[in-house]
Amino acid sequence: MIYADHAATTKMSRTAMDAMRLCMEETWGNPSSLHDVGQKAALALWSARERIAACIGACPEEIYFTSGGTEADNWAILSAAHEGAKKGKRHIVSTAFEHHAVLNCLQKLEKQGFEVELLDVHESGTVSWRQVAGAIRADTCLVTVMYANNEIGSILPVERIGAVCREKKVVFHTDAVQAAGYLPIAVGAQNIDMLSLSGHKFHGPKGIGVLYAGKGIVPEPLLAGGAQERGRRAGTENVPAAMGMAAALEEVCASMEVNRKKLVSLRDRLIAGLSAIPHAALNGERSNRLPGNVSFCFEGVEGESLLLLLDGRGICASSGSACTSGSLKPSHVLLAIGRSPEVAHGSLRLTLDAENTQEEVAEICRAVSESVERLRAMSPLWKDKVSGKKPFVL
Amino acid sequence: MALYSEKVMEHFRNPQNVGSIEDADGIGEVGNAACGDIMRVYLKIEDDIISDVKFETFGCGSAIASSSMATQMIKGKPLCEAEQLTNQAVAEALDGLPAHKLHCSVLAQEAVRAAVKDYYGKRGQKDGKIQV
Repeated sequence: MIYADHAATTKMSRTAMDAMRLCMEETWGNPSSLHDVGQKAALALWSARERIAACIGACPEEIYFTSGGTEADNWAILSAAHEGAKKGKRHIVSTAFEHHAVLNCLQKLEKQGFEVELLDVHESGTVSWRQVAGAIRADTCLVTVMYANNEIGSILPVERIGAVCREKKVVFHTDAVQAAGYLPIAVGAQNIDMLSLSGHKFHGPKGIGVLYAGKGIVPEPLLAGGAQERGRRAGTENVPAAMGMAAALEEVCASMEVNRKKLVSLRDRLIAGLSAIPHAALNGERSNRLPGNVSFCFEGVEGESLLLLLDGRGICASSGSACTSGSLKPSHVLLAIGRSPEVAHGSLRLTLDAENTQEEVAEICRAVSESVERLRAMSPLWKDKVSGKKPFVL
Repeated sequence: MALYSEKVMEHFRNPQNVGSIEDADGIGEVGNAACGDIMRVYLKIEDDIISDVKFETFGCGSAIASSSMATQMIKGKPLCEAEQLTNQAVAEALDGLPAHKLHCSVLAQEAVRAAVKDYYGKRGQKDGKIQV
């Protein structure tokens, strides 16, 4: 089996599993309890908070544990929007290709009377700080721009965008779910006010995430209940998951540079291999992308059938085709970078990790090439293109 | 993948009747590229019997499996039976399709009916029974 879908989720690391097991055996108490068992759990939770804070250049008091990236995104956006509304500020700036956890939350706010401006991400899959500066108005209460895109892996200039927001005194949130573990995060130096993380994207457990909210920003409670997370997030804390997430994040941050070099070499070889397939195109730019992300469109084939053929050969990948999402529209990310619906249906995302090997990359290239050929051989669309009845797009 | 029945996967992995017929008596095409699926069905008719049928499909796993199953169901059958082919029959023969994939079986039904209609059109016949 070749797992090349690390942007979807990662396997938990041994370190994370050990940290969780130890926590479940020894610090299983309720951190809110005053007795010894409870206080041991409270200490464990605090240490997880400290270690995660250290990985992103924050203070432990600025770390709030959540159920995952989606909750962190929702929490950040809703808090900033409601805080803004109190001052009559109801304008939000974001991008057209954010994760649904951001986009659907913004849509909800639009229905409540907020004005949302989604910036064009161009063919390259990025926005410039100038675009952000140009979009900010006197009534802008929030700028939310992802650090790296989940589908095409493009990296956005968060530091510059953050600087613009600081200058204009607008809250800046970034969804760093895909970036964490692959790109350095330093909330202070990068001018980030709020940031979302998800544990399972970097070999930690599922069901846990973090919202970083800098001092001066007080996230509004989404849940009514106890006084956990300094009164901001009710519900008994998932201490084992927090310990697992902290252990996983420390581990990936410690090996980030070594992993990056290895991944870039794997990624570039995969891109070169797939580029040899005729009428195929890389989505996003060649170098300004996450070290493990490869996203392609193949003309004349549909992505889901390509995934099924690859799965039959033991290769796990992902696609932005409509058929994989349960909706009729292909990926909003691919449409946002200017791919036509027809081409977007034929997309394939392969996301590598340091555990992948050059041999696996070679096997993926072979399998994708043969599968695309097989599907094209039965595709009336491809036949019409080859015979000249319809034009090639890629 | 548990999304699909074993039958769907069988027809997806080894689709029956893939290809085209050079001197087809009827050709039907439905769907469009922007929506992510196109089906083209070729018929060879002898004495009102479908003596041969081939398909070409651009689409997802269930679109390919539906095409394969639909063509298998009408091969060697009288034209009138092909006209009566329903998407429910195709989906049932595949041991069911997920709800959001049922339109693939509808496309298969429509492609077959379009090919039959094309055959009648070419023969200069009109057939009121055809509903496409």
